[in-house]
Amino acid sequence: MSLKHIDVLLCCGSGCVSAGALKIREKLEQVLTENHLQDEVNIIETGCMGPCDYGPVMLIYPEGVFYKHVKVEDVEDMVQEHFIKGRPLQRLMLHEDEGTPLVTKSEIPFYRKQKKVALANCGYIDPEKIGEYIAVGGYEALGKALTEMTPEQVIDVIKRSGLRGRGGGGFPTWLKWQLVNQNPVQPKYIICNGDEGDPGAFMDRSLLEGDPHRVLEGMLIAAYSTGASSGYFYIRAEYPLAIKRIKKAVQDARDLGLLGDDIFGSGFSFTAEVRTGAGAFVCGEETALISSIEGRRGQPNPKPPYPSTFGLWGKPTLVNNVETLANLSAIIQKGPDWFASMGTETSKGTKVFALTGDVKNTGLVEVPMGITLQELIFEVGGGLAAGKKFKAVQLGGPSGGCLTSEHLDTRIDYESLREKGAMMGSGGVIVMDDSNCMVNVAKYFLEFSLEESCGKCTPCRVGLKEMHSILEKITRGEGTIELLNQLEVLGKSIKELSLCGLGQAAPNPVLSTLRYFRSEYEEHILSRSCPSLVCQELLHYHIDKEKCIGCSLCARKCPVQCIFGSREDKYEITQADCVKCGTCQEVCPVGAISRFPGVSADLRQDTAAEFTKLYK
Amino acid sequence: MYEEIYIKYSPEQENLISILHDIQDSHPQHYISEEAIREVSEYLRIPVSHIQGVLTFYTMYSTRPRGKYIIRLCESPPCFLAGSEKILAILLRVLGVKLGETTGDGLFTLELCACLGVCGNAPVMMISDTVYGDLNEEKIISIIEKYQGGQA
Amino acid sequence: MKTLEELRKIREKAQQEMKLRSASHRIKVVVGMGTSGIAMGAREVMKVLLQEISQRQLTDVLVTQTGEKGLSSLEPVVDIIEEGKPVVTYGNVTPENARKIVAEHIVNGKVVSDFVVAAENK
Ligand SMILES: Cc1cc2nc3c(=O)[nH]c(=O)nc-3n(C[C@H](O)[C@H](O)[C@H](O)COP(=O)(O)O)c2cc1C
Ligand code: SF4
Ligand code: SF4
Ligand code: FES
Repeated sequence: MSLKHIDVLLCCGSGCVSAGALKIREKLEQVLTENHLQDEVNIIETGCMGPCDYGPVMLIYPEGVFYKHVKVEDVEDMVQEHFIKGRPLQRLMLHEDEGTPLVTKSEIPFYRKQKKVALANCGYIDPEKIGEYIAVGGYEALGKALTEMTPEQVIDVIKRSGLRGRGGGGFPTWLKWQLVNQNPVQPKYIICNGDEGDPGAFMDRSLLEGDPHRVLEGMLIAAYSTGASSGYFYIRAEYPLAIKRIKKAVQDARDLGLLGDDIFGSGFSFTAEVRTGAGAFVCGEETALISSIEGRRGQPNPKPPYPSTFGLWGKPTLVNNVETLANLSAIIQKGPDWFASMGTETSKGTKVFALTGDVKNTGLVEVPMGITLQELIFEVGGGLAAGKKFKAVQLGGPSGGCLTSEHLDTRIDYESLREKGAMMGSGGVIVMDDSNCMVNVAKYFLEFSLEESCGKCTPCRVGLKEMHSILEKITRGEGTIELLNQLEVLGKSIKELSLCGLGQAAPNPVLSTLRYFRSEYEEHILSRSCPSLVCQELLHYHIDKEKCIGCSLCARKCPVQCIFGSREDKYEITQADCVKCGTCQEVCPVGAISRFPGVSADLRQDTAAEFTKLYK
Repeated sequence: MYEEIYIKYSPEQENLISILHDIQDSHPQHYISEEAIREVSEYLRIPVSHIQGVLTFYTMYSTRPRGKYIIRLCESPPCFLAGSEKILAILLRVLGVKLGETTGDGLFTLELCACLGVCGNAPVMMISDTVYGDLNEEKIISIIEKYQGGQA
Repeated sequence: MKTLEELRKIREKAQQEMKLRSASHRIKVVVGMGTSGIAMGAREVMKVLLQEISQRQLTDVLVTQTGEKGLSSLEPVVDIIEEGKPVVTYGNVTPENARKIVAEHIVNGKVVSDFVVAAENK
């Protein structure tokens, strides 16, 4: 028995680590030792607690006090006041609209609408201790499946739960399992897809970092049900911590005999290995992923044959996403009806989302399927920062689409989102306020797909480039309405003709913005103006002479020296030479310089004059 | 010369990607030389052309010598929306190099990369295996100075 | 791992180590750790309580600390909070008394009336 009477759960998810969590740990250890408290306080490094925006965050038990934005300088006080004197530090707590402090996690609105299934232990247990996972019921589901159920019974439970793949496609999990289960060819393989390349997505990383054993247990359950004898975790190389954690989990499970021969005396044997990617988004696609594990270029192959018949080394292979696997133990333990009681008719259970962009509470959340976008963004996410207006939300990353404020009452399920031209995707939710130009956003997403195209098939390789150059023209003010139509036609045919999901989905951001923000495109073309003040060629800087105090700072800082004037006459920008760097606006001490939509009036006259000269 | 790495992996093609990672990580200049390619080709008994094909396909491999620390700035949409372009400009200025180049002292190579999955703290960059979030000019300067001072 | 029993054994042991994070404790022992409490030796009292409880393997007892309670003349002050029973407050607790409180009150359920300063229903 120990003298410990305080558990400090320090979030060491990547978000909090990037915000300095490890320095907090160091300092905490030092201060505890100075105060001879090292035997009384446990420091537990957990995975992501969710509200990464507030990082570094920590939870202190037994009270369950939640601290945010903890700085090294706060540690001394924390030990003196909270740990020694029992007076939690109010200044590190969250405050409701600057009012009463919210002491524990359950009081915080961010957590209120959430329902944690896959993330149940994330931020609560030490992911590097298999004991902690077992203490909260870990590996019980595996034990139950292996000792009390046949593979077919497990498949039936998953079928009744209604679980669908969380990797983006939403394919019924049980069906895929059954295909592999019924395939007589041996050996069979299982792959956990942890490639998570969608920009704006970090659900799988957080799961692997925060609760690796849950994913491993899920893999074991899936392997038992399909008859696979070995498995691979394919994790992208950009996630070193996730790789380290899952490797440790595999090792610890092996040491306890939860991996290896005759697990739970059931006769079922299984080995697992970890493989890493090397920076190629398309490797998330299952056939490309298989090529990559085989030590080849990660290029997709035409389907069929599907991996369930011809997968890794030509053998039947089950590919499941990290989050899909993370749901399994809870379904086995709590039953399919419990799982199916959450969500909508076609989409059951919960979904983990990564909230990013211009939303107040960025971070990791898990909510029941079927809640509305409104609830997700404004209640869980806390809405937008003060003074900002919601403009759009991008779901499903570069494969997904943008939705607008009109769609806020859309329910989050596979079908409703697809119907609106967006998609569930893997779970990245990028919220955008009205300072974002949708043409530019679409161009940026397309650029991502273009860069990541593996180049194997022409529609994707060439078509996307063509779409991109049209978007470039539009954002430079050289667009025509004809090009807009061409963009639409191109997008649709690329979707149809591409070999893999990357090409098939890459036009989505463009098509959905064309659908919902067409007037913004038209404004770029017809008025040569970027209403959101983003596209440089379609805006101009202007000095308000009423406000200008004639200090000449802008003129001195302008890199191309195109600002002229004097203290008396005030200053003015020679529009033809301006490179739109924005320096003048930044340095002006009185805020006299602003951006305005459209090409400046002088230039418009210039070009008009040139035009007449040319064509007369 | 890569015996320590080979011990961990049987000579099979499926280990190619891991072996290349290890070779690159263990080289002080973080790259895979012509010679390394030839050696691996012998060890795994696969053609040099296959290895070259793999090397060029995956963006994380480099066949050119790089700095002691590799700075990877995320250029994916969430970081872009959070102002990664500005961060890039700052890095270019502070380091005094172009993209993909190595600083004169051989310390840093500046690269762009796809999403690092820490978008809640965008814009972010990764130096070696450490991710730094919520970047701004002040932070960047102090991080770079820390590495220059040798206390990474 | 050949049986579920093996797993359960590991689980029980590991749960002990995580008990601070669960809300289920039979008895909560709260030590007043205000400035005056500390000046009067509350840290020593806390140490003794932790040691006694740990030696006796009382896994369902939680020791925790709280701020000043405005009873400075009675420091160090220790509250014993038990579900469904009045809160018992002991005053002027010395390490010696603390041992007694553990042995009699916490283990045997007998309030050590000599040092009680208040008992109230919360
Ligand atoms: C371009 C592309 C990228 C993909 N990236 C991922 C990924 O990062 N993670 C993932 O689980 N699935 C990804 N998928 C989907 C996989 O091909 C596959 O459908 C999925 O891993 C199946 O798992 P599930 O049924 O559990 O969802 C991607 C698909 C495409 C076309
Ligand atoms: S659609 Fe694009 S990424 Fe997919 S196989 Fe074709 S070229 Fe490659
Ligand atoms: S935006 Fe840049 S180039 Fe244009 S006037 Fe201002 S400082 Fe000069
Ligand atoms: S990483 Fe700490 S809350 Fe997400």
